[in-house]
Amino acid sequence: MSADRSEDTSRVPRSAWAERARPGAQGRGATEAVSEDTSELAAQGGSAAYLLGVADDAMVYAQRLGEWMTNAPQIEEDMALGNVSLDLLGQARGLYPRIGELDGTDRGEDDYAMFRDERQWRNVHLVEQERGDFAREMARMLWFAAYQNELYAAQLASSDPVLAGVAGKAVKEVRYHLDHARHWVLRLGDGTDESHRRMQAAIDWAAPYVDELFEDDPMSLEAVQAGLVAMAPSQLRARAQHVVEATVAEATLTMPEAPGWRSRGGRDGLHSRPMGFLLAELQHIARSHPGATW
Amino acid sequence: MYGNDVIDPNDPLNAAETESYDQARRHEDRRHEVGDDFDALIAADQRIEPRDAMPDKYRQTLIRQIAQHAHSEIIGMQPEGNWITRAPSLRRKAILTAKVQDEAGHGLYLYSATETLGIDRAELLDRLHNGTQKYSSIFNYPTLTWADNGAIGWLVDGAAIMNQVPLCRCSYGPYARAMIRVCKEESFHQRQGFEILWVLSRGTEAQRAMAQDAANRWWWPALMMFGPPDTGEAATGGHTAQSMAWGIKRFSNDDLRQKFVDMTAPQAQKLGLTLPDPELRWNEERGHWDFGQIDWDEFWRVLRGDGPCNAERVAHRRRAHEEGAWVREAANAYAAKHAEARESAA
Repeated sequence: MSADRSEDTSRVPRSAWAERARPGAQGRGATEAVSEDTSELAAQGGSAAYLLGVADDAMVYAQRLGEWMTNAPQIEEDMALGNVSLDLLGQARGLYPRIGELDGTDRGEDDYAMFRDERQWRNVHLVEQERGDFAREMARMLWFAAYQNELYAAQLASSDPVLAGVAGKAVKEVRYHLDHARHWVLRLGDGTDESHRRMQAAIDWAAPYVDELFEDDPMSLEAVQAGLVAMAPSQLRARAQHVVEATVAEATLTMPEAPGWRSRGGRDGLHSRPMGFLLAELQHIARSHPGATW
Repeated sequence: MYGNDVIDPNDPLNAAETESYDQARRHEDRRHEVGDDFDALIAADQRIEPRDAMPDKYRQTLIRQIAQHAHSEIIGMQPEGNWITRAPSLRRKAILTAKVQDEAGHGLYLYSATETLGIDRAELLDRLHNGTQKYSSIFNYPTLTWADNGAIGWLVDGAAIMNQVPLCRCSYGPYARAMIRVCKEESFHQRQGFEILWVLSRGTEAQRAMAQDAANRWWWPALMMFGPPDTGEAATGGHTAQSMAWGIKRFSNDDLRQKFVDMTAPQAQKLGLTLPDPELRWNEERGHWDFGQIDWDEFWRVLRGDGPCNAERVAHRRRAHEEGAWVREAANAYAAKHAEARESAA
């Protein structure tokens, strides 16, 4: 390990992040962009809209991870990323039918996954971003699993029995995802010069997408009120961020400065460019055969 | 799921659901009587284990065959992996992902089995990437529609199981044991392929057409999976005779192909699909299905590299390997660094 790198470990710039990690420090920027779709969601009932955000995050990330099969750096990793994808897919499949009950439409899992347009998806931008190199995937998984780890823990005693059930299973799965990502970040950060450079670039790349995970959108606040989840997204941040920071430091990497821009709007159905293409791929067979069963 | 009016769920759908598989699993270990001599072990139908002395030719034959099998699993991830992001329902997506994962797992078992013969996985992957070792030619055909995933499960996995059930009794212990597990999982894959086609053939007109088109395209290549003719006049060429004497191969290519046709033709009828062979008919006298002439020119052409996907499959595999090189190097560097740190701490 080079001398300058070991120096880096002792000076992880935390201030900007710590500021954002403080509960309540988040603006409620997303609510500024209240759209027709959001009103529609609100009309459907806050619980359903909240759960849709949880399910869509899992669904979209499962879809992205599915792209790794046959493309991973080693065969073991094809299997591991496939496992994570399957776990997330299972979480989404557990939640969609429940959402169909709560919003009164009685829709099933494929109605949600295959027949909704981009503006009706409530996932954050982090999970919809195109597949990058393996370091990027591990940076994304580290943040997302750290977030989900806190989120599902806060849903274990949910007033909704289905959500509590999904969370009970998911919390064990996500612990493994977090562990997997953490160990790869350590190996890549503290591996070769090239892997260190790539892992640092990947941590920097993920930074603008992080705030959105922990943003207190109105549906989440309503969900807290309704006892669906014990904590608002912003309250999950400190612990999740601690895991990421500790991993980054141990991996001889540095936390990036506060990013100059940040993603927003996913929970309102406002997505980034890759989302439409992701949906086109996910949905086109189902939509080409309306009414068919598979 | 299979519509009990037509399909009896207890009916075997593939060779791993027949008595031959159960028999293969009941291997009787009599090594304590037979001793450690290679010829004596082979004569007594006993298993050769990695530490045993064995003829170099036997070792090389197994390295070639098991590696080729491992490569087939890894390359075989591509045609179906191609559909994971496009599966038409979430249930199908989950099943397909799990299936492709299983294939990766089979590849790993088989590379490990090959390693017991004194060669490592990195070397085997190099041989796959530089074309000195082959994989099953079936994977040089493309998956053009969703129904192809059904046809691969039903026909390709069905044919593979027919080939592999006898390998559960292979004289080389690690390969035989790997095959017992692989066949069990393949059997599940074959059923899911059949079920994809079952649903499609009872679906919309477009779905039925999709299923028929897939059966048309995969039937003949599936029959080619058993390899060139090796009975009658063809019996003296190829590897068959030696492999049979060594207990690596138990049935001729032609016998296995016939068993496959006999098992599969009635299933096509149940699916309501027409197999693309006007000469396919039950022969009461022989007690077997007759079938038409296989286009061996096509077989040899694809085997030589001139199939629809040969170049693409290897290039994809090579690209994934090369793009991942820095990750593997980093993992090794990290492991070495931390092993050193542990040593100096001790």
